[in-house]
Amino acid sequence: MNTDIKTAVRPAIVMTILFAILLGLVYPVAMTGIGQMIFPAQANGSLVRDASGRVIGSTVVGQAFVAGRYFQTRPSAAGKGYDGLASSGSNLGPTSKALAERVTQDVATRRGEGVTGDLPADLVTASGSGLDPDLSPAAALAQAPRVARVRGLPVARVRALVAAQTETSLLGDAHVNVLALNRALDAAAR
Amino acid sequence: MTFQGWFLILAFIGILLALAKPVGLWLFALYEGRRTPLHRVLGPVERGFYRLSGIDPAEEQGWRRYAVHMLLFNAALMLFTYAVLRLQAVLPGNPQALAAPSEHLSFNTAISFTANTNWQSYGGESTMSNLSQMLGLTIHNFLSAATGIALAFALFRGFARREAKAVGNFWADVTRITLYLLLPLCVALTVLYIASGVPQALAGVVDVQTLEGARQSILLGPVASQEAIKMLGTNGGGFFNANSAHPFENPTALTNLVQMLSIFVIGVGLTWTFGKAVGNTRQGWAILAAMMILFLAGTTVTYWAEAAGNPVLHQLGVAGGNMEGKEVRFGIAASALFSVVTTAASCGAVNAMHDSFTALGGMIPLFNMQLGEVVIGGVGAGIYGFLLFAILAVFVAGLMVGRTPEYVGKKIEAREVKLAVLAIAVLPLMILGLTALSSVLEQGLAGPLNKGPHGFSEILYAFTSAVANNGSAFAGLTANTPYYDALLGVAMWVGRFFIIVPMLAIAGSLAAKKYTPESAGSFPTTGGLWVGLLVGIILILGGLTFLPSLALGPIADHLAMIRGQLF
Repeated sequence: MNTDIKTAVRPAIVMTILFAILLGLVYPVAMTGIGQMIFPAQANGSLVRDASGRVIGSTVVGQAFVAGRYFQTRPSAAGKGYDGLASSGSNLGPTSKALAERVTQDVATRRGEGVTGDLPADLVTASGSGLDPDLSPAAALAQAPRVARVRGLPVARVRALVAAQTETSLLGDAHVNVLALNRALDAAAR
Repeated sequence: MTFQGWFLILAFIGILLALAKPVGLWLFALYEGRRTPLHRVLGPVERGFYRLSGIDPAEEQGWRRYAVHMLLFNAALMLFTYAVLRLQAVLPGNPQALAAPSEHLSFNTAISFTANTNWQSYGGESTMSNLSQMLGLTIHNFLSAATGIALAFALFRGFARREAKAVGNFWADVTRITLYLLLPLCVALTVLYIASGVPQALAGVVDVQTLEGARQSILLGPVASQEAIKMLGTNGGGFFNANSAHPFENPTALTNLVQMLSIFVIGVGLTWTFGKAVGNTRQGWAILAAMMILFLAGTTVTYWAEAAGNPVLHQLGVAGGNMEGKEVRFGIAASALFSVVTTAASCGAVNAMHDSFTALGGMIPLFNMQLGEVVIGGVGAGIYGFLLFAILAVFVAGLMVGRTPEYVGKKIEAREVKLAVLAIAVLPLMILGLTALSSVLEQGLAGPLNKGPHGFSEILYAFTSAVANNGSAFAGLTANTPYYDALLGVAMWVGRFFIIVPMLAIAGSLAAKKYTPESAGSFPTTGGLWVGLLVGIILILGGLTFLPSLALGPIADHLAMIRGQLF
């Protein structure tokens, strides 16, 4: 046992240092170099800029939309909502009173906007990250009449925008990127 | 449940089965110490590492020496990470100027990453600097994974060798696995992740003025390089608090599939490697079949429960499945599948919040971990954990027919069975003991966010996850307190190394035995009967041990949920 320990000391220390350099510095820094070279846009967060070059968001990360003239994003438990430095779900369980109260309130808000029938689940539930960039097509379409009304656009036109922005995948659910949809909406209104 | 959902699940399984042999072959080459095409590039690095640390890779180690070297290496790595975290404020690579994590958080985190658990008592973006993520955490993601695979190799050698004293060289195993398997795969995966939208930058926060004119801060960092090994090494410690639910960690349905495949691929390959090592690949397929039966059963239950949704919300006028805590781009099926994959393996990454699953949907991840994470399991840890159950299963079969049990050519005798039981008993003792303690102590009861049975589930899930070295959470629990950090830290350490040492002792004991050829009286360990016995033993042991705790938590929660009783 004693020689087992003695023979282990040097490799344990030296290997820790060598692997720390290789895996903790060389690997991530080299990958950063490669990423910045081949895919600079994605490596730097897939940022979206407006005409003046100001950063207005990321195609990947969700941002809060609360105004009636925009398609609104899902409830968010990230900080006070869509806080990029505090990603989080609500972590409320299925029998949570707090969850039921929150959903009751959000359902009432949607009813007030004239949405009838059962609500799409994602419209009144918080995402896992609190930064979900998407809505389900149903949750977007449920908002189309309100958006059309506020903007004075024909509902069919707004619905067509949702359809145009809907992405489907065999590996996940159909979704609409809310930032892209709202930018398309702004462009259409002009 | 939808057609698209089942397509995803079946495609996932199909791809894995197709990868079992090629990955298993590559692992077998490393197991044997054979030359691979990558030696041309990385061979000098490997030899340099040996030279500087004074290692002769050809020197064979007995199980004790193998264990001692592994333990000292892991201890050194843990201390290194503790130092990096405590010095965070003075070290470079800290664009947000974050303070150092507290003593108890650093203690918990250093153990957590060393033990391949990656339990996170912290929120990554608000606690860890870029340097801490890379130097403190990413290295463990590689080396705890490499340690796990090395240990599996040692046990394989125990079965494969005849009248031998040694089970391999720990340093050679760890170095080869890291250089010729994990690192190259991670380079490829990192590039794929970056292309899909995962950031890889050393900058810090980007200020955004949103379309509505509000301010938002977006954090960039070396995310993709950590993401790649986080999944491949079944570690699960995310760059961000929300882990793989965060769009920067897991931006598309495709990256989601790749991440799930990464979690399982090495574990699946190792079943094939085991079969090859003991001279009959059907032995490996039999193990994989038993694992896949348990996996598919768990997936079906969770997918069904999540697709059925929460009746409490249906009452309020909400349609469909349970989307609380889930991301739209994944949806119900990909989230349910991910939760089962991550807990069947000891990964612990999450792409949806398990705490917000329906009661039964969340019970399966919990039960998966309580079974010992032997359904594919953590890299290395899964197969060596499974082989402990296989030893028990042949023992039970031996009792029934009244013959000395044998497994893959080795007689299983009292010593091996005792050691296997010792290793397996760690799980219930630690999980149930610590959960019971925390359910009565004030410091323990301060933790849960949810009330009622779900609050109990949060405590049970935390200790299950820690002891099983998973790292996922019912994250409503406030765990960053001295009480939980300390107790969970101890639980993770015991859950890792108190299983490993008896397991290595079994490897040493088996290696010393003669080869016993199969005879007419041997219980066949390749056919359907054997697969059924394995599944039965795992379910009966796990079920009998943990059913009472599940009745108090998720099952009570489910009954309350269907009655509409809220807490």
